[in-house]
Amino acid sequence: MSAFLAIVRRDLALAFRAGGGALQSMTFFALAALIFALAIGPEPALLQGFAAPVLWAVALFAAVVSLDRLFQADFEDGSLDTMIETAEFLELQVLAKALAHWLTAGLPVIAATPAIALLFNLPPEGYAPLLASLLVGTPALSLFGAIGAAVGLGLRRASIPMAILSAPLYAPTLIFGVNAAQAGASGSPEYAPSLLLLGAISLFSALLGPIAGAAAIRLNMS
Amino acid sequence: MSGATFKLQSGETLLLKGSNGAGKTTLLRALAGLLPISGGRVLLAPAVKASPSELRAAAIYVGHTDGVKSAMTAAEHLLFWSRLYPGGAARIDAAVAAFGLDDLLKIRTGALSAGQRRRVALARLVISGKPIWLLDEPGASMDAESNANLIALVLAHNARGGAAVIATHDRIAITARTLVVERAPQAA
Repeated sequence: MSAFLAIVRRDLALAFRAGGGALQSMTFFALAALIFALAIGPEPALLQGFAAPVLWAVALFAAVVSLDRLFQADFEDGSLDTMIETAEFLELQVLAKALAHWLTAGLPVIAATPAIALLFNLPPEGYAPLLASLLVGTPALSLFGAIGAAVGLGLRRASIPMAILSAPLYAPTLIFGVNAAQAGASGSPEYAPSLLLLGAISLFSALLGPIAGAAAIRLNMS
Repeated sequence: MSGATFKLQSGETLLLKGSNGAGKTTLLRALAGLLPISGGRVLLAPAVKASPSELRAAAIYVGHTDGVKSAMTAAEHLLFWSRLYPGGAARIDAAVAAFGLDDLLKIRTGALSAGQRRRVALARLVISGKPIWLLDEPGASMDAESNANLIALVLAHNARGGAAVIATHDRIAITARTLVVERAPQAA
Protein backbone atom coordinates (compact mmCIF):
# COMPACT_ATOMS: atom_id res chain seq x y z
CA MET A 1 0.00 0.00 0.00
CA SER A 2 2.91 2.26 0.80
CA ALA A 3 4.32 1.76 -2.71
CA PHE A 4 0.88 2.33 -4.24
CA LEU A 5 0.46 5.67 -2.46
CA ALA A 6 4.06 6.67 -3.17
CA ILE A 7 3.49 6.21 -6.91
CA VAL A 8 0.23 8.19 -6.82
CA ARG A 9 1.89 11.01 -4.85
CA ARG A 10 4.94 11.10 -7.09
CA ASP A 11 2.89 11.16 -10.30
CA LEU A 12 0.68 13.94 -8.93
CA ALA A 13 3.72 16.01 -8.00
CA LEU A 14 5.29 15.43 -11.41
CA ALA A 15 2.08 16.27 -13.26
CA PHE A 16 1.71 19.58 -11.45
CA ARG A 17 5.40 20.52 -11.65
CA ALA A 18 6.38 19.39 -15.11
CA GLY A 19 4.04 21.01 -17.57
CA GLY A 20 1.00 21.48 -15.31
CA GLY A 21 -0.86 18.26 -16.12
CA ALA A 22 -4.18 19.27 -14.56
CA LEU A 23 -4.21 22.70 -16.18
CA GLN A 24 -3.31 21.18 -19.54
CA SER A 25 -6.27 18.77 -19.50
CA MET A 26 -8.66 21.45 -18.28
CA THR A 27 -7.51 23.90 -20.96
CA PHE A 28 -7.83 21.30 -23.69
CA PHE A 29 -11.33 20.40 -22.46
CA ALA A 30 -12.46 24.05 -22.31
CA LEU A 31 -11.03 24.97 -25.72
CA ALA A 32 -12.39 21.90 -27.49
CA ALA A 33 -15.86 22.40 -25.94
CA LEU A 34 -15.79 26.08 -26.95
CA ILE A 35 -14.96 25.14 -30.54
CA PHE A 36 -17.89 22.71 -30.62
CA ALA A 37 -20.22 25.34 -29.13
CA LEU A 38 -19.15 27.87 -31.76
CA ALA A 39 -19.59 25.31 -34.53
CA ILE A 40 -23.09 24.30 -33.38
CA GLY A 41 -24.27 27.91 -33.39
CA PRO A 42 -26.25 30.21 -31.09
CA GLU A 43 -29.58 28.31 -31.06
CA PRO A 44 -30.14 27.55 -27.31
CA ALA A 45 -32.27 24.42 -27.84
CA LEU A 46 -29.74 22.95 -30.27
CA LEU A 47 -26.84 23.66 -27.91
CA GLN A 48 -28.75 22.08 -25.04
CA GLY A 49 -29.28 18.88 -27.05
CA PHE A 50 -25.58 18.63 -27.80
CA ALA A 51 -24.38 19.38 -24.27
CA ALA A 52 -23.99 15.86 -22.90
CA PRO A 53 -22.59 14.20 -26.07
CA VAL A 54 -20.12 16.99 -26.75
CA LEU A 55 -18.90 17.33 -23.17
CA TRP A 56 -18.50 13.58 -22.81
CA ALA A 57 -16.65 13.27 -26.14
CA VAL A 58 -14.36 16.16 -25.26
CA ALA A 59 -13.68 14.68 -21.81
CA LEU A 60 -12.68 11.46 -23.60
CA PHE A 61 -10.34 13.35 -25.94
CA ALA A 62 -8.79 15.16 -22.96
CA ALA A 63 -8.05 11.79 -21.36
CA VAL A 64 -6.62 10.32 -24.57
CA VAL A 65 -4.26 13.20 -25.35
CA SER A 66 -2.69 12.97 -21.90
CA LEU A 67 -2.26 9.19 -21.95
CA ASP A 68 1.16 9.25 -23.55
CA ARG A 69 2.64 10.54 -20.30
CA LEU A 70 1.29 7.58 -18.33
CA PHE A 71 4.23 5.19 -18.79
CA GLN A 72 6.42 6.70 -21.52
CA ALA A 73 8.55 9.00 -19.33
CA ASP A 74 9.14 6.20 -16.80
CA PHE A 75 10.08 3.87 -19.64
CA GLU A 76 12.55 6.33 -21.13
CA ASP A 77 14.30 7.32 -17.89
CA GLY A 78 14.50 3.83 -16.41
CA SER A 79 11.99 4.37 -13.58
CA LEU A 80 9.85 1.59 -14.99
CA ASP A 81 12.70 -0.87 -14.34
CA THR A 82 12.62 0.08 -10.67
CA MET A 83 8.86 -0.28 -10.53
CA ILE A 84 8.99 -3.72 -12.14
CA GLU A 85 11.89 -4.75 -9.91
CA THR A 86 10.11 -3.75 -6.72
CA ALA A 87 6.56 -4.72 -7.64
CA GLU A 88 5.08 -7.67 -5.87
CA PHE A 89 2.09 -7.12 -8.15
CA LEU A 90 2.83 -4.90 -11.15
CA GLU A 91 -0.94 -4.67 -11.61
CA LEU A 92 -1.19 -2.55 -8.45
CA GLN A 93 1.44 -0.18 -9.75
CA VAL A 94 -0.46 0.18 -13.03
CA LEU A 95 -3.61 0.87 -10.99
CA ALA A 96 -1.74 3.55 -9.01
CA LYS A 97 -0.56 5.23 -12.20
CA ALA A 98 -4.05 5.11 -13.73
CA LEU A 99 -5.47 6.66 -10.54
CA ALA A 100 -2.90 9.45 -10.68
CA HIS A 101 -3.77 9.99 -14.34
CA TRP A 102 -7.47 10.29 -13.49
CA LEU A 103 -6.71 12.73 -10.67
CA THR A 104 -4.71 14.95 -13.02
CA ALA A 105 -6.69 14.51 -16.25
CA GLY A 106 -10.20 13.34 -15.30
CA LEU A 107 -10.99 15.20 -12.11
CA PRO A 108 -9.94 18.66 -13.42
CA VAL A 109 -12.23 18.13 -16.40
CA ILE A 110 -15.13 17.33 -14.08
CA ALA A 111 -14.32 20.42 -12.02
CA ALA A 112 -14.41 22.57 -15.16
CA THR A 113 -17.65 21.04 -16.47
CA PRO A 114 -20.17 23.31 -14.66
CA ALA A 115 -18.56 26.42 -16.13
CA ILE A 116 -18.21 24.93 -19.62
CA ALA A 117 -21.79 23.61 -19.54
CA LEU A 118 -22.99 27.23 -19.39
CA LEU A 119 -21.85 27.55 -23.02
CA PHE A 120 -24.32 24.83 -23.93
CA ASN A 121 -27.26 26.38 -22.12
CA LEU A 122 -27.58 23.27 -19.96
CA PRO A 123 -30.74 23.51 -17.78
CA PRO A 124 -30.21 23.44 -13.97
CA GLU A 125 -31.61 19.92 -13.70
CA GLY A 126 -29.00 18.69 -16.21
CA TYR A 127 -25.93 19.52 -14.11
CA ALA A 128 -26.15 16.85 -11.43
CA PRO A 129 -26.69 13.91 -13.85
CA LEU A 130 -23.90 15.14 -16.16
CA LEU A 131 -21.46 15.52 -13.29
CA ALA A 132 -22.50 12.18 -11.78
CA SER A 133 -22.01 10.39 -15.11
CA LEU A 134 -18.55 11.95 -15.56
CA LEU A 135 -17.56 11.13 -12.00
CA VAL A 136 -18.62 7.50 -12.38
CA GLY A 137 -17.44 7.01 -15.98
CA THR A 138 -14.20 8.93 -16.46
CA PRO A 139 -12.10 6.58 -14.27
CA ALA A 140 -12.72 3.96 -16.98
CA LEU A 141 -11.07 6.27 -19.52
CA SER A 142 -7.83 6.29 -17.51
CA LEU A 143 -7.99 2.58 -16.71
CA PHE A 144 -8.74 1.38 -20.25
CA GLY A 145 -6.27 3.98 -21.48
CA ALA A 146 -3.57 2.36 -19.37
CA ILE A 147 -3.82 -0.70 -21.61
CA GLY A 148 -3.23 1.33 -24.77
CA ALA A 149 -0.43 3.30 -23.09
CA ALA A 150 1.29 0.09 -21.98
CA VAL A 151 0.96 -1.51 -25.41
CA GLY A 152 2.34 1.64 -27.06
CA LEU A 153 5.45 1.71 -24.83
CA GLY A 154 8.58 2.37 -26.78
CA LEU A 155 6.78 3.73 -29.83
CA ARG A 156 7.95 7.23 -30.62
CA ARG A 157 4.53 8.47 -31.70
CA ALA A 158 2.25 6.33 -29.62
CA SER A 159 -0.80 8.61 -29.45
CA ILE A 160 -2.52 7.26 -32.54
CA PRO A 161 -1.90 3.54 -31.88
CA MET A 162 -2.99 4.14 -28.29
CA ALA A 163 -6.22 5.80 -29.39
CA ILE A 164 -6.95 3.03 -31.89
CA LEU A 165 -6.32 0.33 -29.30
CA SER A 166 -8.41 2.00 -26.64
CA ALA A 167 -11.31 3.10 -28.85
CA PRO A 168 -13.32 -0.16 -28.67
CA LEU A 169 -13.00 -0.10 -24.89
CA TYR A 170 -14.03 3.55 -24.69
CA ALA A 171 -17.19 3.12 -26.79
CA PRO A 172 -19.45 1.60 -24.06
CA THR A 173 -18.24 4.18 -21.53
CA LEU A 174 -19.11 7.00 -23.92
CA ILE A 175 -22.50 5.54 -24.87
CA PHE A 176 -23.68 4.89 -21.32
CA GLY A 177 -22.14 8.12 -20.03
CA VAL A 178 -24.06 10.24 -22.53
CA ASN A 179 -27.19 8.16 -22.00
CA ALA A 180 -27.07 8.61 -18.22
CA ALA A 181 -26.48 12.37 -18.47
CA GLN A 182 -29.34 12.85 -20.96
CA ALA A 183 -31.74 10.54 -19.13
CA GLY A 184 -31.07 12.31 -15.84
CA ALA A 185 -31.62 15.75 -17.36
CA SER A 186 -34.97 14.72 -18.84
CA GLY A 187 -36.13 12.86 -15.70
CA SER A 188 -36.26 9.57 -17.59
CA PRO A 189 -36.37 6.30 -15.58
CA GLU A 190 -33.38 5.12 -17.65
CA TYR A 191 -31.11 7.36 -15.58
CA ALA A 192 -30.43 4.98 -12.67
CA PRO A 193 -29.83 1.86 -14.83
CA SER A 194 -27.54 3.79 -17.17
CA LEU A 195 -25.53 5.15 -14.25
CA LEU A 196 -25.31 1.68 -12.72
CA LEU A 197 -24.10 0.22 -16.02
CA LEU A 198 -21.54 2.99 -16.25
CA GLY A 199 -20.38 2.11 -12.74
CA ALA A 200 -20.13 -1.54 -13.74
CA ILE A 201 -17.98 -0.57 -16.75
CA SER A 202 -15.67 1.44 -14.47
CA LEU A 203 -15.38 -1.48 -12.08
CA PHE A 204 -14.62 -3.82 -14.98
CA SER A 205 -11.95 -1.39 -16.21
CA ALA A 206 -10.40 -1.38 -12.72
CA LEU A 207 -9.94 -5.12 -13.12
CA LEU A 208 -9.01 -5.36 -16.81
CA GLY A 209 -6.87 -2.20 -17.07
CA PRO A 210 -4.24 -3.15 -14.48
CA ILE A 211 -4.08 -6.81 -15.52
CA ALA A 212 -3.81 -6.15 -19.26
CA GLY A 213 -1.63 -3.07 -18.73
CA ALA A 214 0.85 -4.98 -16.54
CA ALA A 215 0.95 -7.83 -19.06
CA ALA A 216 1.67 -5.41 -21.89
CA ILE A 217 4.45 -3.71 -19.89
CA ARG A 218 6.09 -7.06 -19.12
CA LEU A 219 5.91 -7.99 -22.79
CA ASN A 220 7.32 -4.67 -23.93
CA MET A 221 10.14 -4.69 -21.40
CA SER A 222 11.26 -8.14 -22.49
CA MET B 1 23.47 -13.54 -26.04
CA SER B 2 24.76 -17.08 -25.52
CA GLY B 3 27.59 -18.95 -23.85
CA ALA B 4 27.75 -16.84 -20.69
CA THR B 5 28.72 -19.25 -17.94
CA PHE B 6 30.13 -17.97 -14.69
CA LYS B 7 29.81 -18.27 -10.94
CA LEU B 8 29.53 -15.31 -8.61
CA GLN B 9 30.40 -15.95 -5.00
CA SER B 10 29.05 -14.12 -2.02
CA GLY B 11 31.39 -11.21 -1.27
CA GLU B 12 32.73 -11.08 -4.82
CA THR B 13 32.67 -8.53 -7.61
CA LEU B 14 32.73 -9.52 -11.26
CA LEU B 15 33.58 -7.04 -14.00
CA LEU B 16 31.91 -7.34 -17.37
CA LYS B 17 33.87 -5.90 -20.23
CA GLY B 18 33.29 -5.85 -23.92
CA SER B 19 32.60 -3.57 -26.84
CA ASN B 20 29.34 -1.66 -27.26
CA GLY B 21 26.52 -3.95 -28.29
CA ALA B 22 28.31 -7.08 -27.10
CA GLY B 23 25.50 -7.87 -24.65
CA LYS B 24 26.67 -6.58 -21.27
CA THR B 25 23.43 -4.73 -20.57
CA THR B 26 21.36 -7.67 -21.79
CA LEU B 27 23.21 -9.98 -19.42
CA LEU B 28 22.77 -7.62 -16.48
CA ARG B 29 19.06 -7.14 -17.19
CA ALA B 30 18.58 -10.90 -17.46
CA LEU B 31 20.37 -11.40 -14.14
CA ALA B 32 18.11 -8.73 -12.62
CA GLY B 33 15.00 -10.64 -13.71
CA LEU B 34 14.03 -7.83 -16.06
CA LEU B 35 14.49 -9.88 -19.23
CA PRO B 36 13.31 -13.44 -19.79
CA ILE B 37 16.02 -16.06 -20.30
CA SER B 38 15.05 -18.18 -23.28
CA GLY B 39 17.79 -20.74 -22.80
CA GLY B 40 20.07 -21.55 -19.88
CA ARG B 41 19.42 -20.71 -16.27
CA VAL B 42 20.50 -18.62 -13.35
CA LEU B 43 21.05 -20.48 -10.11
CA LEU B 44 20.80 -18.79 -6.75
CA ALA B 45 22.45 -20.44 -3.76
CA PRO B 46 22.00 -23.25 -2.89
CA ALA B 47 21.93 -24.07 -6.61
CA VAL B 48 18.23 -23.49 -7.09
CA LYS B 49 17.04 -22.31 -10.47
CA ALA B 50 15.78 -18.79 -9.91
CA SER B 51 12.59 -17.42 -11.42
CA PRO B 52 12.58 -13.80 -12.66
CA SER B 53 10.68 -12.72 -9.53
CA GLU B 54 13.27 -14.42 -7.29
CA LEU B 55 16.03 -12.65 -9.19
CA ARG B 56 14.22 -9.33 -8.81
CA ALA B 57 13.96 -9.95 -5.07
CA ALA B 58 17.70 -10.65 -4.75
CA ALA B 59 19.21 -8.16 -7.19
CA ILE B 60 19.06 -4.46 -7.96
CA TYR B 61 19.93 -3.15 -11.39
CA VAL B 62 21.05 0.44 -11.98
CA GLY B 63 21.39 1.01 -15.70
CA HIS B 64 22.42 3.73 -18.14
CA THR B 65 19.09 5.47 -17.67
CA ASP B 66 19.09 6.32 -14.01
CA GLY B 67 15.40 6.67 -13.16
CA VAL B 68 15.89 10.18 -11.86
CA LYS B 69 13.22 12.81 -12.54
CA SER B 70 14.39 16.38 -13.17
CA ALA B 71 11.35 17.87 -11.44
CA MET B 72 11.94 16.05 -8.15
CA THR B 73 14.51 16.82 -5.47
CA ALA B 74 17.10 14.28 -4.38
CA ALA B 75 15.28 13.91 -1.05
CA GLU B 76 12.00 13.16 -2.82
CA HIS B 77 13.72 10.44 -4.85
CA LEU B 78 15.16 8.81 -1.75
CA LEU B 79 11.79 8.94 -0.02
CA PHE B 80 10.03 7.51 -3.07
CA TRP B 81 12.48 4.62 -3.42
CA SER B 82 12.31 3.95 0.31
CA ARG B 83 8.58 3.29 -0.12
CA LEU B 84 9.18 0.88 -3.00
CA TYR B 85 11.86 -1.20 -1.27
CA PRO B 86 10.71 -2.96 1.90
CA GLY B 87 12.56 -1.52 4.91
CA GLY B 88 14.01 1.21 2.72
CA ALA B 89 13.05 4.06 5.06
CA ALA B 90 15.51 2.82 7.66
CA ARG B 91 18.35 2.97 5.11
CA ILE B 92 17.85 6.53 3.82
CA ASP B 93 20.42 8.06 6.18
CA ALA B 94 22.96 5.43 5.23
CA ALA B 95 22.36 6.14 1.54
CA VAL B 96 22.78 9.88 2.04
CA ALA B 97 26.04 9.32 3.92
CA ALA B 98 27.33 6.73 1.44
CA PHE B 99 26.96 8.98 -1.59
CA GLY B 100 27.56 12.36 0.08
CA LEU B 101 24.13 13.68 -0.74
CA ASP B 102 23.67 15.98 2.27
CA ASP B 103 24.11 19.17 0.29
CA LEU B 104 22.01 17.98 -2.64
CA LEU B 105 18.88 16.82 -0.84
CA LYS B 106 16.75 19.91 -1.38
CA ILE B 107 17.83 20.54 -4.95
CA ARG B 108 15.74 19.40 -7.90
CA THR B 109 17.81 16.89 -9.83
CA GLY B 110 17.31 18.85 -13.04
CA ALA B 111 19.65 21.44 -11.55
CA LEU B 112 22.35 18.90 -10.64
CA SER B 113 25.36 17.95 -12.72
CA ALA B 114 25.32 14.57 -14.49
CA GLY B 115 27.71 13.14 -11.89
CA GLN B 116 25.57 14.36 -8.99
CA ARG B 117 22.44 12.89 -10.60
CA ARG B 118 24.32 9.61 -10.97
CA ARG B 119 25.12 9.63 -7.25
CA VAL B 120 21.44 10.18 -6.45
CA ALA B 121 20.55 7.25 -8.71
CA LEU B 122 23.16 4.99 -7.13
CA ALA B 123 21.82 5.77 -3.64
CA ARG B 124 19.11 3.27 -4.59
CA LEU B 125 21.68 0.51 -4.07
CA VAL B 126 21.87 1.22 -0.35
CA ILE B 127 18.13 1.90 0.04
CA SER B 128 17.24 -1.40 -1.62
CA GLY B 129 19.21 -3.44 0.93
CA LYS B 130 19.64 -6.16 -1.72
CA PRO B 131 22.60 -8.52 -1.72
CA ILE B 132 23.35 -8.45 -5.46
CA TRP B 133 24.22 -5.16 -7.16
CA LEU B 134 24.09 -5.10 -10.97
CA LEU B 135 25.67 -1.91 -12.24
CA ASP B 136 25.78 -0.78 -15.84
CA GLU B 137 28.56 1.76 -16.37
CA PRO B 138 28.15 3.14 -12.86
CA GLY B 139 31.11 5.47 -13.17
CA ALA B 140 29.82 7.21 -16.28
CA SER B 141 29.80 11.00 -15.79
CA MET B 142 31.20 10.78 -12.25
CA ASP B 143 34.46 12.45 -11.26
CA ALA B 144 37.49 10.56 -9.93
CA GLU B 145 36.57 11.19 -6.29
CA SER B 146 33.02 9.90 -6.73
CA ASN B 147 34.34 6.88 -8.63
CA ALA B 148 36.76 6.09 -5.83
CA ASN B 149 33.92 6.44 -3.33
CA LEU B 150 31.80 4.05 -5.38
CA ILE B 151 34.60 1.49 -5.45
CA ALA B 152 34.92 1.76 -1.68
CA LEU B 153 31.17 1.19 -1.34
CA VAL B 154 31.29 -1.86 -3.60
CA LEU B 155 34.18 -3.28 -1.59
CA ALA B 156 32.32 -2.60 1.67
CA HIS B 157 29.28 -4.33 0.18
CA ASN B 158 31.51 -7.30 -0.67
CA ALA B 159 32.90 -7.30 2.86
CA ARG B 160 29.34 -7.60 4.20
CA GLY B 161 28.83 -10.64 1.95
CA GLY B 162 27.15 -8.83 -0.93
CA ALA B 163 28.03 -9.50 -4.56
CA ALA B 164 28.29 -7.14 -7.51
CA VAL B 165 28.47 -7.40 -11.27
CA ILE B 166 29.73 -4.26 -12.96
CA ALA B 167 29.67 -3.59 -16.69
CA THR B 168 32.36 -1.06 -17.41
CA HIS B 169 34.64 0.43 -20.03
CA ASP B 170 37.58 0.73 -17.60
CA ARG B 171 36.12 3.70 -15.76
CA ILE B 172 36.10 1.67 -12.54
CA ALA B 173 39.52 0.95 -11.10
CA ILE B 174 38.71 -2.12 -9.10
CA THR B 175 40.58 -5.37 -8.91
CA ALA B 176 38.14 -8.13 -9.67
CA ARG B 177 37.60 -11.16 -11.82
CA THR B 178 36.67 -10.09 -15.33
CA LEU B 179 34.30 -11.63 -17.82
CA VAL B 180 34.78 -10.40 -21.36
CA VAL B 181 31.56 -10.33 -23.36
CA GLU B 182 32.14 -10.53 -27.10
CA ARG B 183 29.83 -10.01 -29.97
CA ALA B 184 29.07 -13.27 -31.76
CA PRO B 185 30.38 -13.42 -35.32
CA GLN B 186 27.70 -12.72 -37.92
CA ALA B 187 26.56 -15.73 -39.92
CA ALA B 188 27.71 -15.54 -43.53
